[in-house]
Amino acid sequence: MPGLSDLYQEILLEHNSKPRNFRRVENPSRTAEGYNPLCGDQITVYLKMSGDIIDDVAFQGVGCAISRASASMMTQSIKGKKLSEANQIFDAFHLMVTDPISEPDYDTLGDLETLSGINEYPTRIKCAILAWHTLRSALNDQGKKVTTE
Amino acid sequence: MPTGFDAEKVRADFPVLQQFVNGKPLVYLDNGATSQKPQAVIDEIVRYYTTENANVHRGVHTLSQQATDDYEGARAKLRRLLNAADDQEIIYTRGTTEGINLVAHSYGRPNIGPGDEIIISNMEHHSNIVPWQMLCEEKGAVLRVIPIDDTGELLMDEYEAMLNPRTKLVSITHVSNALGTIQPVEQIIEMAHAHGAPVLLDGAQAVPHLPVDVRQLDCDFYVFSGHKLFGPTGTGVLYGKAELLDAMPPMYGGGEMIKSVTFEKTIYNDLPYKFEAGTPNIAGAIGLGAAVDYVQSVGYQAFGPYEDELLEYGTKALSSIGGLRIIGTSPRKTGILSFVIDNIHPHDIGTILDAEGIAVRTGHHCAQPVMQRFQIPATARASLAMYNTKADIDALVRGIDRVIEVFS
Repeated sequence: MPGLSDLYQEILLEHNSKPRNFRRVENPSRTAEGYNPLCGDQITVYLKMSGDIIDDVAFQGVGCAISRASASMMTQSIKGKKLSEANQIFDAFHLMVTDPISEPDYDTLGDLETLSGINEYPTRIKCAILAWHTLRSALNDQGKKVTTE
Repeated sequence: MPTGFDAEKVRADFPVLQQFVNGKPLVYLDNGATSQKPQAVIDEIVRYYTTENANVHRGVHTLSQQATDDYEGARAKLRRLLNAADDQEIIYTRGTTEGINLVAHSYGRPNIGPGDEIIISNMEHHSNIVPWQMLCEEKGAVLRVIPIDDTGELLMDEYEAMLNPRTKLVSITHVSNALGTIQPVEQIIEMAHAHGAPVLLDGAQAVPHLPVDVRQLDCDFYVFSGHKLFGPTGTGVLYGKAELLDAMPPMYGGGEMIKSVTFEKTIYNDLPYKFEAGTPNIAGAIGLGAAVDYVQSVGYQAFGPYEDELLEYGTKALSSIGGLRIIGTSPRKTGILSFVIDNIHPHDIGTILDAEGIAVRTGHHCAQPVMQRFQIPATARASLAMYNTKADIDALVRGIDRVIEVFS
């Protein structure tokens, strides 16, 4: 097993103690709730869209350091991005935490790369990915809305 | 006061404990989830499969007779363990959950109707909540919940006020899996009986620590799991008073549970076979019998006071850690040290302790209403067995210091 310091890096601990965008969004375009029944972690992701641009994104909820830091870093990485770019970041992140063999897409991931150590801790991958699946659900439902209109 | 109990000698009987995990000697403090197995249990299962594997109760051949003798011999050991009156009151199950579901199905469905009430407590495992919710939903009955105080003890006045002629069953944990509280079960049973209600006790966390005498308790049903009592997984016991079990319809239909079958009518078998349809977990039952032998050879009188001493030592050691709060502080506890640390989620505690070779459980412990009561999402839980030592507790304390260091 790799050293704990690969998992609990300073940047992760810093996001845990001071999570970014840890708030509600006034009049969100979309919200989605995520829940991990195995551990009780809960998260709500709020999105404010302007066309296909993510104008604002924030989250609230209860979870461990990994889920909180992952959510915090997620909001930073997708804020101001296009929907298609956010989906790309989701795919790169998902691959990084679930597939230890693949080379992470560093350009797309940026700071998120610091969470790559999680793939050595199979029991904690769900913690890291909860916020992202919740985001995906919010994004996809927005997509559905666009198509039905 | 030191009890003089030789835990190291007991520890040497458990091969899984003699290993390193993540480069550190294993400190196994997750006995509330499942206990480890002594060599005697492992050997007995190997012996059974190596020399006498056969189906029970139906062969005229030698191996079938030997397997039947050992399978029924294990039942007799379990009867003596609980001091039940008769072997027929010992029903083999897959574990506590199946035992509770069997009572909900076979006692609950015929005896509980619209407006009737079932009493449980705020500190039940989900397995002693959900079967009753399902029954209440089906029958239009009402589930009532005894509240608990901040130490994790039942509010007995509230319980007394809840009992009434509509109370048809009281189903309570003997020892709380999330908090470790030992319930005042004698009083609970006496009060329920005064209102004509039978009592089921969930003994999953009690039997590994406390001697249980179902006749002295006068409980109507008692259930526990073999795997928490140093036995194999997929084994367990439902004890029931013979007159109650006799009146109950079977839960499963099939082979073994019948006397005769025609297309017009089937006559059910006698106790306990009426409730044991199909080929049972023969090796598991025989292994559980070996676990009972093992526990009794060590002796509740010997390891009970030792475990109390260890719990007290652990409680003091954890209480001295700044920012740590023990959840479940009743003076009447056994085996469980549930705790939270300020600003550190239990899962992070669990991962960092694991890196130190220390196994604890983190999460809601299948007792979400307990977490809601204490307004916490989860706890870290160190749960003890007779083979744990003060050195294990010291390692836990060092591990927690490391957790706090990582997060500082």
